[in-house]
Amino acid sequence: MAEQVSNVTHKYLRPKKTFPNVWCPGCGIGIAMGALIRAIDTLELDRNEVSIVSGIGCSARIPVYLDFNTLHTTHGRAIAFATGVKLGNPRLHVIVISGDGDLLAIGGNHFIHTARRNIDITCILINNYIYGMTGGQYSPTTPFAKNASTAPFGMVEQSFDPSDLAISSGATYVARGTVYHASQLSRLISQAIQHKGFSFVEVIANCHTQYGRLNREGSAVKMIQWQKECAVPVSTAAKMSPEELEGKFVIGKLHEVFRPEYVSEYQKTIDRFSREEKSDQQLQES
Amino acid sequence: MAEVETNQKKKRPFYKENVPLLMQGNEACALGALAAGCRFFAGYPITPSTEIAEMLSRLLPMFGGRFIQMEDEIASIAAVIGASIAGAKAMTSTSGPGYSLMQENLGYAYMTEVPCVIINVMRGGPSTGLPTKVAQGDVMQSKWGTHGDYFPIVLMPSSVKECFYYTVKAFNLSEKYRMPVTLLSDEVLGHMREIVNLPPPDELEIVTVSKPFEPPEWYKHFEVTPDYLSPMASFGEGYRFHLTGLTHDEYGFPTAKRNEIITKLEKLRLKTARHLDELTDVLVEMMDDAHIMVVAYGSTARAARQAIRIARKKRFKVGLIQPRIMWPFPDKIVREYLENVDLVIVPELNQGQVIREVKRLRQRHIRIIGLNRFDGELITPQQIVEKIKEERH
Ligand code: SF4
Repeated sequence: MAEQVSNVTHKYLRPKKTFPNVWCPGCGIGIAMGALIRAIDTLELDRNEVSIVSGIGCSARIPVYLDFNTLHTTHGRAIAFATGVKLGNPRLHVIVISGDGDLLAIGGNHFIHTARRNIDITCILINNYIYGMTGGQYSPTTPFAKNASTAPFGMVEQSFDPSDLAISSGATYVARGTVYHASQLSRLISQAIQHKGFSFVEVIANCHTQYGRLNREGSAVKMIQWQKECAVPVSTAAKMSPEELEGKFVIGKLHEVFRPEYVSEYQKTIDRFSREEKSDQQLQES
Repeated sequence: MAEVETNQKKKRPFYKENVPLLMQGNEACALGALAAGCRFFAGYPITPSTEIAEMLSRLLPMFGGRFIQMEDEIASIAAVIGASIAGAKAMTSTSGPGYSLMQENLGYAYMTEVPCVIINVMRGGPSTGLPTKVAQGDVMQSKWGTHGDYFPIVLMPSSVKECFYYTVKAFNLSEKYRMPVTLLSDEVLGHMREIVNLPPPDELEIVTVSKPFEPPEWYKHFEVTPDYLSPMASFGEGYRFHLTGLTHDEYGFPTAKRNEIITKLEKLRLKTARHLDELTDVLVEMMDDAHIMVVAYGSTARAARQAIRIARKKRFKVGLIQPRIMWPFPDKIVREYLENVDLVIVPELNQGQVIREVKRLRQRHIRIIGLNRFDGELITPQQIVEKIKEERH
């Protein structure tokens, strides 16, 4: 099994990009990257037609290792670049990888508007509650009262629930997974890619180097165990009261609806004009 | 390296060809973009550039292109760069505040060598300034706007007809040099109406970025070629390259190796520095016997052209230098003409920007003075003539 997994992974890693990678040993981002690769492999997508777009941060370093059409852009703007890539060549499967600071702070406006538009892009948020790369500053998902290098006396702000935000902004597929539940995560990502419209997968991940250290949450293993303990599947959560769900989070497919998708709706206008042009020509010829 | 091709005969014309049409500068920009092969526009409403977006929102889908109104200018330029990477000729239009917001991502496009066109219809600044009035305050911003060391190409038309041709030229240069090209128009030029005769697009020279010949395994997205211009594959063509704003090697992968850093940053300079002949476009008028030189650009050049005619009648030996490619600045030509004059007047709709460039080129004592207006109105020919008289008495 392990061998199979690594064979699949290696198939999609860039031969020219030698490891070691930039991440701390034990970081959850590597597991999320593996889940993404397996999702793409199961869907048997043509890798020439997959584009992976990221912004800035630890998670944004994923694309450089992957043998697809990859774009490492500016802080917070990945999703806007991705919109352009999709419209420049609608055949591409466009996947955005982002972190909580990148997507929800500096990129928050682009996130809600891209969700609202319901454009066929998949957005994966690696949520580790902190800015890892810059050294542990608080992000829009850092929980109340937790510590960060810029919240040395505890976080006094309230935080976002990214999946709720995605649903209320108009995302038509929303799921949450963890890096502990890695194979479920692959399944959720492949559902998201297949979904026609804006799809969003929130991945709870560990940043033991920054968040873990500042909040005394222990090693990578301990933090991943916490994910196992606190994750509640959608079906179980449905039977639980809000009090019982306190301090826990729900994993699985949270939301799926079907609404007109942006690229194909726009295509209808283009097609209408080319039909008119054809009939004009036929008229002239007859 | 770029390939020159002519547009295929379009069944549906973009506009009525070869007949006199009355149109605004902004409309001429939009039609120029279509004729140049632009098939993607992303933008955000802003006075006085909005007509370009409105016109393209109507026309682009008719020709298989796409228009999108983004949530802000940052997203607009990001989408433009994304679309260009995916293979569509792409542009945006904006004005001062929006151009300021675009600067970071413009730097990304310079660094990753992505062709795209930005039309900035200048209005009064700084900040919100004078949204409905004319100014030329963004000339230096178009050169130094984003952080780091880069070498932009910026065009400045001065009539409705030039708005059309220089938009086409902006696309051609951006494709050839693989970089953003800014066209600086202004409120007067954008909204002024003139009669123009537009040629059929297939009579225009249209440049499209050259594609790699080699198989993907050998492909280097930033290959350093003898002329510093690299062929460019697009996403979806089988080349699967990586782009990053980090300093990168010829393949596009991040690097911190000193020689690779230098190679990359020098390439950004040399790709324009080695092609200065093509990147010099200056209109020179009545300079042969001139003792007085007026350096003017954009809508101010219109007044200057008239002013030198009036002044000539009054026996002042005066001529005009009008850079239509503002950056890279036409050092060679300006320096040559500075040899023979003893007075230079630089009329500008700002408090003195391009005058600094002229002073930089001064080799001996010559009087170089500005004529500056920044109250939202144009400089008149009479003002320039008055200035000449004042100086000569
Ligand atoms: S700082 Fe945190 S998020 Fe970044 S690589 Fe290290 S563990 Fe991962």
